[in-house]
Amino acid sequence: MNYDIVIVGGGPAGLAAAIEAKKEGAQSILVIERDRELGGILQQCIHNGFGLVVFNEELTGPEYAQRFINELKKYEIEYKTDTMVIEITEGKIIKAINSVDGLMNIQAKAIILAMGCRERTRGAIAIPGFRPAGVFNAGTAQRYINMEGFMVGKKVVILGSGDIGLIMARRMTLEGAQVLAVAEMMPFSGGLTRNIVQCLDDFDIPLKLSHTITRIKGKDRVEGITLQKVDDNLKPIPNTEEEIECDTLLLSVGLIPENELSREAGIEIDLLTNGPSVSESMETSIDGIFACGNVVHVHDLVDFVTEESRRAGKSAAKKVLSQNNDKNRMIETKALSGISYIVPQRIDLKNCNETIPLLMRVKNVYHNAYLVVKADGNEIMKVKRKHLAPGEMERIDLKKESLLDDYSNLTIEVREIS
Amino acid sequence: MIDIAIIGAGVIGTAIARELARYDLNIVILEKDNDVSNGTTKANSAIIHAGYDAPINSLRGILNTRGNEMFDQICDDLSVPFKRVGSLVVAKTEDEVKTINELYANGLKLKVPNMRILNKEEILRMEPNLNKQIISALYAPTAGIVEPWELAIAYCENAMDNGVELKLNFEVKTIEKKEDHFIINSGCEEIKSRYIINSAGVYADKIYNMVTDSDFEIHPRKGQYFLLDKEAYGLVKHIIFPSPSEMGKGILLAPTVDGNIIVGPDSEDLGKNMKESIDTTTDRLNYIKESIKDICEIVPYKVNITTFAGLRAEPSNGDFIIEISKKVNGFINVAGIKSPGLSSAPAIAEYIVNLVKSLTDLTENIKFSPHRRKRIKFMELSDHDKNALIKENPQYGRIICRCEMITEGEIVDAIHRNAGGRTINGIKRRVRPGAGRCQGGFCGPKVMEILSRELNLPMESIVQENKASVILTGITKVGE
Repeated sequence: MNYDIVIVGGGPAGLAAAIEAKKEGAQSILVIERDRELGGILQQCIHNGFGLVVFNEELTGPEYAQRFINELKKYEIEYKTDTMVIEITEGKIIKAINSVDGLMNIQAKAIILAMGCRERTRGAIAIPGFRPAGVFNAGTAQRYINMEGFMVGKKVVILGSGDIGLIMARRMTLEGAQVLAVAEMMPFSGGLTRNIVQCLDDFDIPLKLSHTITRIKGKDRVEGITLQKVDDNLKPIPNTEEEIECDTLLLSVGLIPENELSREAGIEIDLLTNGPSVSESMETSIDGIFACGNVVHVHDLVDFVTEESRRAGKSAAKKVLSQNNDKNRMIETKALSGISYIVPQRIDLKNCNETIPLLMRVKNVYHNAYLVVKADGNEIMKVKRKHLAPGEMERIDLKKESLLDDYSNLTIEVREIS
Repeated sequence: MIDIAIIGAGVIGTAIARELARYDLNIVILEKDNDVSNGTTKANSAIIHAGYDAPINSLRGILNTRGNEMFDQICDDLSVPFKRVGSLVVAKTEDEVKTINELYANGLKLKVPNMRILNKEEILRMEPNLNKQIISALYAPTAGIVEPWELAIAYCENAMDNGVELKLNFEVKTIEKKEDHFIINSGCEEIKSRYIINSAGVYADKIYNMVTDSDFEIHPRKGQYFLLDKEAYGLVKHIIFPSPSEMGKGILLAPTVDGNIIVGPDSEDLGKNMKESIDTTTDRLNYIKESIKDICEIVPYKVNITTFAGLRAEPSNGDFIIEISKKVNGFINVAGIKSPGLSSAPAIAEYIVNLVKSLTDLTENIKFSPHRRKRIKFMELSDHDKNALIKENPQYGRIICRCEMITEGEIVDAIHRNAGGRTINGIKRRVRPGAGRCQGGFCGPKVMEILSRELNLPMESIVQENKASVILTGITKVGE
């Protein structure tokens, strides 16, 4: 099998990349999806709030996905569901298997990685106690409830105030469960403000900041948890224990880009994002392999995934069509004080349009601060923000004209306004 | 009438059942839980010890050395992965050097083969990631690693293939001694058996007390562990022990046969009634982290997959209690099987067969087959074989677990074998979906669906582990 572009993952990132690559003129495109339907995690996100940026209207997750699935079908782009990619080799051969075709070796001219992310687990944060049933990753609980049609518990505590945790607090409440508390180890929430208001405040669910769970009780099914305050170093403070009786613990303690395939293929991974380091065209360290969406860095809004993935699709198509292998000089980006990461990690000015989107997260909550962009130490841009929080991705559109050809690095930092 | 009832389906009970299945006997295994290997067998260091450290003339010493040498054959017959990776007991001080030299001398007396004392240079060449203050080590190349639950499951499956019956959810409540048999009652079922073998792990004292005043007590000794992602594989290639202390062999660092890294256990004596205390605790986990620095200072806990605790069956007299009861005719105790219990399991089974022979004449079961049907590991097949298998059974083309790359075909096979998996964790122990880095986040619902379909049970009745470990609490959006 031979294709111009093979896309690994049929979620929002893969779909948008495929469609854009087709529009750009790539001929043969294959999307490979491991689940039984296209759409990825959007299919279980039945709440609304998707599409405000891309479509200027409010859609549910499945509705948002369906628009792309319809377009994919309109463009007659090939796809395979229930198909797992098991390896990507050096020569851009993709090994994939499913029940119908067996083991396939698919030769691609370009590859776009769009595998998304997975949830951090209880084990990763080593919560002590028993190991009963009733401890779920929030996303797994969401799948059981929204896709399989089953409830996972009646009295619920949620650890972590990431967006999935917040959404699930509301979802469980609407399904008749009692959500007793959402505990967050940090002194601020990791989720979007709108989700805190709509999912917790509106239902009188307490958000316990600077709290964590230090014990899980119940040998067979969860019977309760111990909630404890943490100090500035995130260490539990003795004698602040609070026992809560519950039958379910949902965890929303972070998402990790899923890069097993990327690592095995030898793609360079940025330790700050846990995703491939990419150029402004979303090209990874391996020529002709692109990446987009949550596999690169975890997004808050699918709309931004779509935008980023369209860029990846377009670049991959250009690459295949022009056979352009010119290596240009790159400007490296670097996160300085207050910034946890920047995507892209490098910029080829020759490939840039008028504006260059820079995506980043801050490390802390700031009120009234500047995001300061410097090139080779020279301040070239400064944007004021009333509010910055780690839970909300920041975007700066940098004007191409503000960069000189011979710059070699670009830094961003937070500067508080006193 | 049953000939022999074995109480407890851990690695000891199942090993005994399988060895006794070589004879014409009616055998039943009674297990209180809903799966085999559910107690001590599922949560320990997964080590086959070389056998240098038990006192000479102790049952532990004799049976460990014998058990160790039996492992290649047993694992080959039962198709259970086993690797002789070798072990190092490391020393940082002159006192510790003295200790390992004593161990070496003890090992020689117990006939442990091929041991060597290594110098610093040799140690660092073999294990570059160890603490640089280590100056000497006892190297025992015959030590190995195995998945203990897989061994117990394989023993049980092979025993059942050869006619042994397994009764799950059979918790022995009372035992009545009659003239020439016992009546064993679970509250809802009664079994008559001529002999009883008590391999009930931490509950062996409780079981023995049902027929007489037990002359031993079993105290649970808790040990906690970290299990690290396969990303950490290669951190150490051998099983690494510190110099032993009076509390046991100490906290070890070792690869597992499936490619993870295990760190633990600590050692905490519990009251004799705390037989279900398998919870982990912050202070103990921190203590393990601190202690292991003596061996290795760069253990990457950031790739921790899970923490767990297990209970060793610590006998009041310090040695294995394997004997025909002097007080109750026809009752055999296999109790206090603490470390090196797993390593000794094949030898204990052999020992028990001889004890049974002293009670009754045994005739050979001519239909006995020692081999367990090999488990297909799809990802280990060649491309050609993968394709052929998918053509023959398309379920092998559907990957359910993305972390460990396990196919639907492998899961379905694990359900339908003798001693098959009936629970989410039962499937995890047999074929590993959920044992990887997502810990079942993605594959959990799919495994549940397969179990529900194959066993013809509603989704809500599929449990994680024991009967009460309910996962789903009902359906959504129930109308009034």
